[in-house]
Amino acid sequence: MTDALMSPSVSPARRRLQRFLRHRMAVLSAIILILLIAAAMSASLIEDALGVSATKTDLFGRFLPPSDKNWLGTDEVGRDVLARLLYGGQVSLLVGLVTAIATAIIGALVGLIAGFRGGWIDALLMRFTDAVISLPLLPLLIVLAAIDLNKLGLPADLATSEDISLYRIIVIIALFGWTSVARLVRAEALALRRRDFVRAALAQGAKPRHIILKHLLPNVASPLVVATTLSIGNVILFESVLSFLGLGIQPPTPSWGNMLTNAQDVIWDNPTLAVWPGLMIFVTVIAFNFLGDGLQDALDPRADLER
Amino acid sequence: MIRFLADRMIQSSIVLLLMSFLIYGLIGLMPGDPIDLMFSANPDFTAEDAQRLKALYGLDQPLIDRYFRWLGDALQGDFGYSRLYSQPVFDVLGPRLGNTALFLGVSLILSLAVAIPLGLIAAMRPYGVLDYSINLVCFAGISAPPFWLALLAIMLFSITLGWFPAGGQAPPGSGFLKTIEHAILPISVLTIASIGGYTRFMRASTLAVMRQDYIRTAQAKGLGKTRLVLGHALQNALLPLVTIVALSFGTLFSGALITETIFAWLGMGKTIYDAILGNDYNLALIGLLLATAMALIGNILADILYAALDPRLDFKSEGL
Repeated sequence: MTDALMSPSVSPARRRLQRFLRHRMAVLSAIILILLIAAAMSASLIEDALGVSATKTDLFGRFLPPSDKNWLGTDEVGRDVLARLLYGGQVSLLVGLVTAIATAIIGALVGLIAGFRGGWIDALLMRFTDAVISLPLLPLLIVLAAIDLNKLGLPADLATSEDISLYRIIVIIALFGWTSVARLVRAEALALRRRDFVRAALAQGAKPRHIILKHLLPNVASPLVVATTLSIGNVILFESVLSFLGLGIQPPTPSWGNMLTNAQDVIWDNPTLAVWPGLMIFVTVIAFNFLGDGLQDALDPRADLER
Repeated sequence: MIRFLADRMIQSSIVLLLMSFLIYGLIGLMPGDPIDLMFSANPDFTAEDAQRLKALYGLDQPLIDRYFRWLGDALQGDFGYSRLYSQPVFDVLGPRLGNTALFLGVSLILSLAVAIPLGLIAAMRPYGVLDYSINLVCFAGISAPPFWLALLAIMLFSITLGWFPAGGQAPPGSGFLKTIEHAILPISVLTIASIGGYTRFMRASTLAVMRQDYIRTAQAKGLGKTRLVLGHALQNALLPLVTIVALSFGTLFSGALITETIFAWLGMGKTIYDAILGNDYNLALIGLLLATAMALIGNILADILYAALDPRLDFKSEGL
């Protein structure tokens, strides 16, 4: 038992913050992520300040070692590695955030309906969810990433536009990424459905939509936040794998994944190029995972009792 | 039990059938069908020839008709030819299926052999120093991109130290040691990538079991911590792990695709990847379906194992 539990004057929000601060790795991760996001957002400012470029090639400045100007050196066509890492970070973080929110919405919807309705709807939805989880996802994502959007009937100017690889990757990862959120939310909703306040609302004739939105959703908010945080890390991993395999973010737009593809080609000449992008993915993903873990401790009121 | 298994097999067949239609449709949406490829490769090939060929192969018919014709052929054992290898699809896939099964099997056994003891150790003293260290390692394993681990392994063990080859496979008949030499790096990378998840799960399920009354009773009778965990908690803690392992076959296969591609290991993952990028429709389709079937079979096996491990599960009384 901790002090927080002994003194009734401490508000729940305050107690949550205390629990979060006790998770040192989560606090450290939050700081790292804030710094990372700030650095990625100011990529063009940093470019200007150092006088380097993430896109301009310089064949006389290939494979330069780290210097005052090129902090992390240059790549195989003389572009600044640090600047490319920061621009790649913009892409990865954006894809991670947007996709994770999309998966949270789909997952919450499926989970709430399955958990609240129960019966055959629940059985059908959960069978479907389990089937999707057990599928070999990566090969399927590769097929989806390879299909010709023209054949899907998308207008040609959109199907060939530069940003399309960004939208496409968000859609295909969201299409398969919602399953863990759905399972989690469904389990919570199933338990909540039997609670008195939900039964009372039902007895008073509340509509299912009202119960799901007003009674269930606020009560699954905590696990939903945790699951979404954890899935940001997963999404970034998937994005980097697809980009690495040449099917995600397309060059010249830098992403951590496609930077590693280039690095693999020149790994015998310059192995250090393969270190940085992977390290960025690793640090970002582990930080989101620790953050999720810390939030779980912080948002779970039982956590005080179990220590 | 037999009834339950029959049900599961029927369900799995339905999933497989649905997947075959879905994948058939998706693959048709990939750029460049085989006739288009011929058209662009041969200047003497006119648009009329293309139309004639499309009619000949039935490519001008609607998707659903084509699918059912493919399905009819497939059910009679005719899966078509691979465009890249100019061989019947199964002649290409057969040996590679074996390669991947070996690859996945060995790394699954290795990762469980590490993860189960680690999870138990962490659960013995939750929030202790050892638990924190194991947790940290697990988080690192889960968060490291597998293709980066593979590149780092190549950099360290192939380029710097020169201990192991950077990829490929030993030519057939070159002996057991050579085969092992080529397999060590890819198998290690895949193993390291999957240990973290299993360990964390093992820890959580052990902790859940340790809270139960029968454990408290055994503890009150003065049983030591080690005997408590190994003799009383282990078996029950393993049960949920079986389910997780079954559900993770698909993930494991995804990991195999990455490692196989980087290490040029001739398995299913690399073959599917090459087939998709090389417009080899038949090969990609059958490869994907085989991978799906492997995952589904893994699930059924896990159900059987679950029933064997848990005497409480009575299929008759639950009406399954």
